[in-house]
Amino acid sequence: MTRMNVTRRVMMAATAAALSFGGQAALAADQVVDSIHFLIPGGAGGGWDGTARGTGEALTKAGLVGSASYENMSGGGGGKAIGYLIENADSQHGTMMVNSTPIVIRSLTGVFPQNFRDLTLVAGTIGDYAALVVPADSDIQDLSGLIEAFKADPNGVAVGGGSVPGGMDHLVAAMVMEAAGADPIAMKYVPYDGGGATMAGLLSGEVQAVSTGFSEAVELAKAGEVRIIGVTADERVDAYPDAPTMKEQGNDTSFVNWRGFFAAPGLPEDKLAAYQAALEAMYATPEWSEVRDRNGWVDIHNNGDDFRVFLEGQEQTIGDLMKKLGFL
Amino acid sequence: MFEGIMTGLATAFTFTNIMMVIGGCLIGTFIGMLPGLGPMSIIAIMIPVAITIGDPSTALILLAGVYYGAVFGGSTSSILINAPGVASTVATSFDGYPLARSGQAGKALTVAAISSFAGGSIGAILLMIFAPMLASVALLFHSSEYFALMVVGLSAIAAFAGTGQVAKALLMTFLGLIMATVGEGVLFNMPRFTMGIMDLQSGFGFITLAMAMFALPEAIYLVLDPGRSKTGDGEDGGKITNLRITRQEAKSIAPVIGRQSLQGFFIGVLPGAGATIASFLGYAVERNIAPKEEQEQFGKGAIKGIAAPESANNAACTGSFVPLLTLGIPGSGTTAILLGALIALNVSPGPRLMVDEPQIFWAVIISMYLGNLVLLILNLPLIPYIAKVLAVPRNFLIPFILFFTLMGAYIGQNNATELLLLVGFGICATILRFADYPLAPLLIGFILGPLLENNFSRAMQLYDGMGFIWSRPMTLGLLIFAVILVVLPSYRARRARARAEGVADGD
Repeated sequence: MTRMNVTRRVMMAATAAALSFGGQAALAADQVVDSIHFLIPGGAGGGWDGTARGTGEALTKAGLVGSASYENMSGGGGGKAIGYLIENADSQHGTMMVNSTPIVIRSLTGVFPQNFRDLTLVAGTIGDYAALVVPADSDIQDLSGLIEAFKADPNGVAVGGGSVPGGMDHLVAAMVMEAAGADPIAMKYVPYDGGGATMAGLLSGEVQAVSTGFSEAVELAKAGEVRIIGVTADERVDAYPDAPTMKEQGNDTSFVNWRGFFAAPGLPEDKLAAYQAALEAMYATPEWSEVRDRNGWVDIHNNGDDFRVFLEGQEQTIGDLMKKLGFL
Repeated sequence: MFEGIMTGLATAFTFTNIMMVIGGCLIGTFIGMLPGLGPMSIIAIMIPVAITIGDPSTALILLAGVYYGAVFGGSTSSILINAPGVASTVATSFDGYPLARSGQAGKALTVAAISSFAGGSIGAILLMIFAPMLASVALLFHSSEYFALMVVGLSAIAAFAGTGQVAKALLMTFLGLIMATVGEGVLFNMPRFTMGIMDLQSGFGFITLAMAMFALPEAIYLVLDPGRSKTGDGEDGGKITNLRITRQEAKSIAPVIGRQSLQGFFIGVLPGAGATIASFLGYAVERNIAPKEEQEQFGKGAIKGIAAPESANNAACTGSFVPLLTLGIPGSGTTAILLGALIALNVSPGPRLMVDEPQIFWAVIISMYLGNLVLLILNLPLIPYIAKVLAVPRNFLIPFILFFTLMGAYIGQNNATELLLLVGFGICATILRFADYPLAPLLIGFILGPLLENNFSRAMQLYDGMGFIWSRPMTLGLLIFAVILVVLPSYRARRARARAEGVADGD
């Protein structure tokens, strides 16, 4: 608990620092941090890897960080890197670890014993909303169409997704069902190996709807192959404003699949403030815009304290739902 | 269409673009030879470079060069040191390595290069003609058909079940299937058979297992049995330059290349099937339809055994562009990364690509063809030098193989546990080899296991049971085909034996 209080003070200092640096960055980026070592809990080429390397690229090219190095440490669904960061906390002050929504889900299911509270929270930097999608030629026109079809014949509406049962895509679909007053346990969830296979399953007619990442669905929606019947953002997203939100259809589901950075526990305040300032200043740089647009990311910035509140909220929602679905 | 082709050609044949394709092929070939780095990671590395170029056509031409270079480089390490770095070149090592060991590395590499070229080129032509029509075919396959297709792929083990080996091959396949279940699967929320060890959570790595089954036992074998490898003594170095294939050999592999380019392409079109299953199936089918005396040569250095998987996997790579370009669906890890690159270059693949931006569509196809051509031109003269690797004296060659084997297992994951697993499995594999158990079926089982299981469980879930076998005729048809592939060789063998006995009786 004491640590949390300390953290809060650190966050405030960081925000102040970030604001001042943010102002300067627009003119000419000053170097904020000498070097950052990025710890990536998965192999080369994955989502975590891309986030760390893209962020490092933007930070160094913009001159906010002198140099960046990267280390891939896969194993245990990310648990190995978390354990390493905690065990070697004293020697890892120069390290930032990338992670994302699964750190919440996997610590709930006990894949690894630690959770985000055991680390120093730096910031959530980017994210993607989730979306429910049907084929363009489907009879289902909107969210209520899907819910009605599901209520009429729960067995006849299979929902696909790119994660394991109890994983992110499944949970989002279940959240929507629950918010609509339908029974999420009765929903037939069909897991696929990643987003591409999920879309192939949808277009082949094997499943009637899929739960997937919004950015993944946008391209196919623009091409006129699928219809996005609901996105989990609070307001329509600029990248594809034709997609209605869940909320405007009377369904109170809001979900962000975030990616962000963590540091070793007990990180000195000035170090943390510097990291946060560097990330904060990064958003205004053209180098970041280039990296972000190339990867199709959405800026969803949650600094320090906001990040913790956000994570606790997400943990609560997901935990409750997983208990209900019988995964906990 | 011809207008499009001309636009594509005009785009491709500029000085910059030709330099790009040459550069891409070279980079791809050399990095691809390292066992740990497959086309997927190499393309991922090259994407920032390609995006800096800005012009979509030029960027794609570079990436296509890298892609084909990497695929070819992968075959090279399979053939020379029995270290397949990508699942789709595993089948190439079955005959490629024995041929290389018998002093004909140059020939093996030449056959691989020509088959790759032919497979890729025929694939590109088919893509050009059929892409729009095939889009709908790609969506005909449901999970139940994929399951049946994997069963057909597993029937490739029949190809290793020579006389008296059927039981051993089956046993090894099941061992591979069992090993594939370790870790957290796509369909299960819980880790299985990890014994609480965190490093097993994501299962055994493919590269680790491939190195442990093929490359490491080879190195150990060379140490234990010095007389075994003549090529390692340097005295055969001169013969490696002998990379010509005779007219007769060319004649014998031509139909193989033709058949497997077609078959490979159509398998590649299915999202999720891809080059690996195409290469295994290609190998199995060619072995089964070969005349009896040639059948015995498979696995011992038959050039048909190199030509089949090499043309099939390259054609399949091209085929995998069909769902990517026409539907915007990536059918494999590599095409998923390419899709990312396309989007970053402001190209949206999908049904409208051909209509809205024909110059890009055609530039992709022409660049694939060009990539293949340049690769052939670049590599044929290089083969004697690449093959010289084997002329290195054995006491230098063995550490070299060990180094690349260990590095390959470590490089992708940066996880030292992979090294322990590699050595442990490598020793087990060496013992199994001494006991004359075929190791290829184990690896095939391991590679196809997750695909088999996932598609099976999906089909079970969607049909609430085994009903899909009867209610989907295509599934049933594929399963029957698999049974034929397994039963036919042993039936033939039995009949041949019976006939031989009959003759003996007659005497």
